[in-house]
Amino acid sequence: MVDFAGWDMPVQYSGVVQEHELVRTGVGLFDVSHMGEIEFKGPGALEEANRLITNDLSKAADGQAVYAGLLNEKGTFVDDVVAYRFSPEHIFICVNASNADKDFAWMSQNAKKVKPVNRSDDYAQIAVQGPKAFALVQSLCGKSLEGVGTYRFTTGEVAGVPCIISRTGYTGEDGFELYCPPDKAEALWFALMDKGALPAGLGARDSLRTEMKYALYGNDIDDAHTPLEAGLGWIVKMDKADFIGKAALEAQKAAGIPRKLVGFELTEPGIPRSHYAILKDGQKVGEVTSGTMGPSIKKAVGIGYVPTALAAEGSTFHVEIRGRPVAARVVKTPFYKKA
Amino acid sequence: MSNYPNELKYTKDHEWAKKAGSNVVVGVTFHAQDALGAVVYVELPKVGATVKAHESFGVIESTKAVSELFAPISGKVTKINDAVVNNPGSVNDDPYASWLIEVEPTNAAEFDALLDQPTYVKSLEAAH
Repeated sequence: MVDFAGWDMPVQYSGVVQEHELVRTGVGLFDVSHMGEIEFKGPGALEEANRLITNDLSKAADGQAVYAGLLNEKGTFVDDVVAYRFSPEHIFICVNASNADKDFAWMSQNAKKVKPVNRSDDYAQIAVQGPKAFALVQSLCGKSLEGVGTYRFTTGEVAGVPCIISRTGYTGEDGFELYCPPDKAEALWFALMDKGALPAGLGARDSLRTEMKYALYGNDIDDAHTPLEAGLGWIVKMDKADFIGKAALEAQKAAGIPRKLVGFELTEPGIPRSHYAILKDGQKVGEVTSGTMGPSIKKAVGIGYVPTALAAEGSTFHVEIRGRPVAARVVKTPFYKKA
Repeated sequence: MSNYPNELKYTKDHEWAKKAGSNVVVGVTFHAQDALGAVVYVELPKVGATVKAHESFGVIESTKAVSELFAPISGKVTKINDAVVNNPGSVNDDPYASWLIEVEPTNAAEFDALLDQPTYVKSLEAAH
């Protein structure tokens, strides 16, 4: 067990690689109850939340979720979030555990009419991920989930436990994230295990998301980088009504984006790890933010910020590993593509 | 199941050592590979390099972690196990067959001072 933002969390149950493969080929369960939840309710909830995030909830349907940035005035990340539109008067936002208190304070301070409510203690969360996740959850749910497409959600009972049933995840596989009352989470967990799902820990969660180049707050995105630098321009809707950070992003777009978050693979032996220096012609020009030996792709891959001139696919640089420069090349991401 | 052969010597850093003629063969213990998880990369010194007791002679990495390898004894590297470099997962399959380096010792007393099997196993139990 490791301490993760004050939560005791398992790095692995049976082994990182086995759990990783399990999620790629079958179904794995992640206890992600540490994630925070913040809610906006009442007339004007959508407009209030929409002014705080980069994606556009006004273009989403009820029952749809959007991935978004929560930015400060500099246009850099306070957090990355998933915002759920129950209705224009009910927005539910899932935030990172390590940022939950900071996010809530930020939202409270910047909300004008509709004040957020911190619901983090009212929800546990279990992520059910893998190609067999849909059938597993469906077998425990009386309601048909066929209509719940990617980034859609519904509410209903799973194994008799009332849940928000969200077709989302952080692995690159199909699956659900189930939000439920904390006192019923154990019953739900064991009901899912009784149907054949096995647990997976933080280690597999990290290798799975790294193979997809999904950003992890604190590693790949933080309050020193904008979504434009992070390659997350697609979650920024510049044409919507004003949002915090918009002016800074417009200015950055006009001035040119100085660095970009790229995915690379090593072309010599070694494994890139976060904080290793990225070198060009012997000079440090960037830093690795995440890296691993991808269990599915069987390659040593990393994510890191490099000057925009080095960001194109095929660009080469070195990663400094224990004082030694090891050759790397920018590649297309996600690193992992389904066969 | 955990496995610590009687005929080996051990270090508190979870390396094992055994005599091969006048040289000493070095690897990591069952506990080390179990704690690391799937080993995906091993970096070893070159043949001819010198290693010093208790000092790092290489690196072993799992999916999640980087760990240093510490030399049980001082001496000159006479062989490295390329099979393990090419197939790091073999350390998990059999940590005792998957030796890492062979060393020509400079001080025979260092080998004799290593932990015997019961002492090492006791230290593992004490740590839990």
